[in-house]
Amino acid sequence: MIEAPPSAEPSAKRHPSIGNSSPMIAVRSLAKKIDQQEILRGVDLEVNTGETLVIIGRSGGGKSVLLKHIVGLMEPDAGEIWIQGQNIIGMNERELGEIRKKVGILFQSGALFDSMTVEDNIAFPLREAGERDPKILHEKVAEMLEVMEMEGQEDKMPESLSGGMKKRVGLARSIIRRPSCVLYDEPTSGLDPVVADSINRLIHRLQKRFGMTSVVVTHDMKSAFDVADRIAYLHQGHIYFHGTPRQLQKSTDPLIQDFLLGRSEQGAAAC
Amino acid sequence: MITRFFNVLGGGLLSFFQYLGELVLLAGDTFRSIFTHKLRWKLFLNQIVEIGLLSQVLVIITGGFTGAVFSAQAFFQFNKLGMGSAVGAVVSVSLCRELAPVLTALMVAGRVGAAMSAEIGTMKVTEQIDALRALAVHPIDYLVVPRALAMMISMPLLVAECIAFGILAGYVVAVYLLDVNGPYYVENMVHWTRPRDIIMGLTKAFCFALLIVFISCHKGLTAREGAVGVGRATTEAVVNSSLAVLIVNFFLTMGLNIIFPAGHW
Repeated sequence: MIEAPPSAEPSAKRHPSIGNSSPMIAVRSLAKKIDQQEILRGVDLEVNTGETLVIIGRSGGGKSVLLKHIVGLMEPDAGEIWIQGQNIIGMNERELGEIRKKVGILFQSGALFDSMTVEDNIAFPLREAGERDPKILHEKVAEMLEVMEMEGQEDKMPESLSGGMKKRVGLARSIIRRPSCVLYDEPTSGLDPVVADSINRLIHRLQKRFGMTSVVVTHDMKSAFDVADRIAYLHQGHIYFHGTPRQLQKSTDPLIQDFLLGRSEQGAAAC
Repeated sequence: MITRFFNVLGGGLLSFFQYLGELVLLAGDTFRSIFTHKLRWKLFLNQIVEIGLLSQVLVIITGGFTGAVFSAQAFFQFNKLGMGSAVGAVVSVSLCRELAPVLTALMVAGRVGAAMSAEIGTMKVTEQIDALRALAVHPIDYLVVPRALAMMISMPLLVAECIAFGILAGYVVAVYLLDVNGPYYVENMVHWTRPRDIIMGLTKAFCFALLIVFISCHKGLTAREGAVGVGRATTEAVVNSSLAVLIVNFFLTMGLNIIFPAGHW
């Protein structure tokens, strides 16, 4: 793993923590095999309260798998995950429910409930929490739609929304109960640059307005540099690098350079 | 060769017992949730409509035509012995104890079981179930409990309805088409049909409801591999539910006959 600065060489075995504040999320030696393929091989990672950590890496490199572990949707083969000081490994589904109230997740597809309108999707977590007053529900949904710049779309069904709109509705649903932390799984993938930029601004705005900790998984480098306080590069099941966006840009490590420049192995060999 | 045979056999048996174990765990979680967590009334009532109300036509046609054809066949045989008016008793007892519960269960497995596994399976492969979990909602509380309760209530009522329409159709065919004496037909039917016959039918209906709902929900919850996986899960839900109904029916008949013996005594 590289921890910058001072060196950009892949050698250090130091613990990946920064600062002295207690981490919102701590991942220790996380390992996971799926169908005999080692996806995660001992991931160590910390996310501090209030920061935006971006996890980058190649497609199929285990970024989404890592994110699903953090919210307890997958069980690791080994390792620990601590959320606000609680180890979630070994918790049952109901105990995890309490953790999931603190940590929201935006799925890559939005994962909207396709039999419900936009309003019902966004209001779902509040209804489940016992809120029944239609006026309050409508007001809160309208407020979230305003934050997402989607005013007046309450009655639409998910099938009639564009990819970007689905993600924004999914995000609104994830944050309506004000979790302490939001995990974003490829928030800008499949979106045109303008919509992708609006999602990036949204992530910024949520961090500023609600003080939310964010973990963003992406391979969109523009998005990563736009939103990140820190960036972690997941490579071959390990955190290969972590540091600030500036440190990543200055890194001379060939692997990181190839990733930043979007160069394939053949392309690098040709250079 | 022999080793390979035992490997395949052992693997198959292991998979079967694992499947049974998963069904039992699902049933256990569902009953625990029923008694320890708040019921989502809106979802429950929606399922009552979906399972109970929307199965009316299917059950009426199934019961009616089964009663009608059974009445006609019984008459063709019994009339040769001069026992045409005994048809009512035969139709009624058969419908209560066997035909109505089994045929209703098969029809409900086809209509409702398929819909359950397809709906839940689609939610599974499109990450909607992960979204439920991520929003701190237990999928069993939200998806399985309302369906299980609605099935447990709807199935006995549907079977009772199937029995009623079967008897009615049997009466119409026997009395109006085949000239059986109406009062004798009713007298024999009431004389030979006991409350325990109806209780047996309704008990079977309740058991079949559990089989269908847990097999179908389990198939949906374990669906994988996109649209093909959902299609496979739906087919397997209907096939497994139907086979389970037919197999379990035999054991229920043998077991329940000890508690609710057939006949007048």
